[in-house]
Amino acid sequence: MTDETLATASTAPPRRSRLAVAWLAFARDRAALVSLIFLAIVLLAAIFAPYISPHDPFEAERLARNKPPLTDGYWLGSDSNGRDILTRLFYGGRISLLVGFLPTLIATLISLVLGLLAGYFGRWVDQVIMRTLDALFAVPLVLLAIAIAGVLQPGVFTVTVAITVVLVPYISRIVRTSTLGVTAQPYIEAARAGGAGEAAIILRYVLPNMISPVIVYATTLVGLMIVVGSGLSFLGLGAQPPAADWGTMVSDGRVVLKKAPHATIFPGVMIVLVALAFNFVGDGLRDALDPKAGARRSSG
Amino acid sequence: MLRQIITRLLAVVPILFGLSIFVFLLVHFAPGDVTDALLGPMATEEAKQKLREAMGLDRPLVVQYAKWIGAILQGDFGTSVHTQRSVIEVVLPRFGNTVILALASFLLALMIGFFVGMYAASKSYSTFDRISMSITLVVGSTPPYWLALLLVLAFALEFRWFPATGMRSITGDGGALDVARHLVLPAIATAAGPAAIITRMVRSSMLEVLGQGYIRVARSKGIARRTILWKHALRNALPPIATISGLQLGFLLGGALFTEVVFAWPGLGNQLYYSIVARDVPVVQASILVIALAFVLVNLAIDIFNATLDPRVRVV
Repeated sequence: MTDETLATASTAPPRRSRLAVAWLAFARDRAALVSLIFLAIVLLAAIFAPYISPHDPFEAERLARNKPPLTDGYWLGSDSNGRDILTRLFYGGRISLLVGFLPTLIATLISLVLGLLAGYFGRWVDQVIMRTLDALFAVPLVLLAIAIAGVLQPGVFTVTVAITVVLVPYISRIVRTSTLGVTAQPYIEAARAGGAGEAAIILRYVLPNMISPVIVYATTLVGLMIVVGSGLSFLGLGAQPPAADWGTMVSDGRVVLKKAPHATIFPGVMIVLVALAFNFVGDGLRDALDPKAGARRSSG
Repeated sequence: MLRQIITRLLAVVPILFGLSIFVFLLVHFAPGDVTDALLGPMATEEAKQKLREAMGLDRPLVVQYAKWIGAILQGDFGTSVHTQRSVIEVVLPRFGNTVILALASFLLALMIGFFVGMYAASKSYSTFDRISMSITLVVGSTPPYWLALLLVLAFALEFRWFPATGMRSITGDGGALDVARHLVLPAIATAAGPAAIITRMVRSSMLEVLGQGYIRVARSKGIARRTILWKHALRNALPPIATISGLQLGFLLGGALFTEVVFAWPGLGNQLYYSIVARDVPVVQASILVIALAFVLVNLAIDIFNATLDPRVRVV
């Protein structure tokens, strides 16, 4: 390296993209980083379940019922049908993660449209959208999800629909509040004065500036929705046998609670760990994307 | 003040109206037919059609809704498809049992939340603070039904301290003591999640207040630490705590469904679950509406409570 390049390197600070800055802030939060790695492992285990599973997830081995953990090649033991619990955790992760992630994603997209319209245009648009959503607020989230899933045919699709519907009012409120904050900024007025159309203003100026708190909120919701989704499965409204997610596995374990408590305990531990991990990742994202909220959080 | 309360009460009406439309449409668009449930799978299409006409199911949606909501406004929620009893007869006693469970859990959650939260705030960043806050995080992510099963495993199956199920009716022969014994495990399972969230809120709200000038003044005047904590600081920290607690009461009703199912507690959540499984539509509709009404009224009460605490808070 010549002296000349050294000189430029030392005078000009390295230019980092917004994303890189956010990533550095995120990686400083050790709990968030560990959680992210954990979630990546769980996700990979779910995706590659057929290749890494020691047993068949559905085949019932009559001679291997209720085996305690660490016996005969059953690392986490077997359930009351003689199925390997570790294997079923891998396969169950596919449904549990999907049920946490997909509805949150769809609900966020719907809420972005509704919340942006309500927050940006205000007046009657705001009134119509938000008052309609208020009606759904009148029922506690979990009960509403159970009621919706209950009247439809049980299954993963139904759970996805139910959770999506109950999430929209919550996320829409965050989108609307965030939009209101951005719409009041002078640069929006400047854009309008510069002749930009409403659609261009919303997509180019409002959306990018209001989205951070929404992403943070949605991330935290994924963990919570894995808990809710598993609850619906626990009640028999979700994945139908022989397929099972972690909630179904807890429910299956109920009948042999005393004889084989591990069948109930392990899937529950997975739900708790994954939900916690999403919480930590959400916290890390908040610090990375939304420094002001992070400051508010630590002071209050 | 009274004016504000009345205005808020009136605002509840359109919310419930909107919800009633949602509940009506939800059931209407659900697959499967009420006539299947009533007549069984062997019924002919002709018989089903006759029954549909008799029940008014062939009329326009608006007419059906008007008839349905009109009857409800007169206290007639219809007849349970499953038990052939009046829905209100099925739902009300169940609701009473849920109220017992919900109130017990709510009091438990408040007690834990206040004591742990206050203590953690007064000793912030101590070992106690760190450990209790970690526990609240874990408990906050724990499915209520799973916690309920762990409690059954430990305290009903292993130690046999409390019964796991068997609660049939409050007016049964066991008396109040029997109800209390049956109540312990379900109440703990239901209270855990809300307790975790209230604890965190109490701690953070107290920490914010404790950092303010008038607390330092009180301290420098030599007022006892405990008095400052429970009198001066708590009063000002209370509104956000009350708001989050009110919301928790709503979530508690949701969590109670799971504990009711696990412990076979004869409450509204349990009833809602079995009605869903049995496709007993009128009971499902009534249960949701009753829960919504309770939820909305509780939150209204919390807002009024906040307004009496802090005159700057407007009820409307």
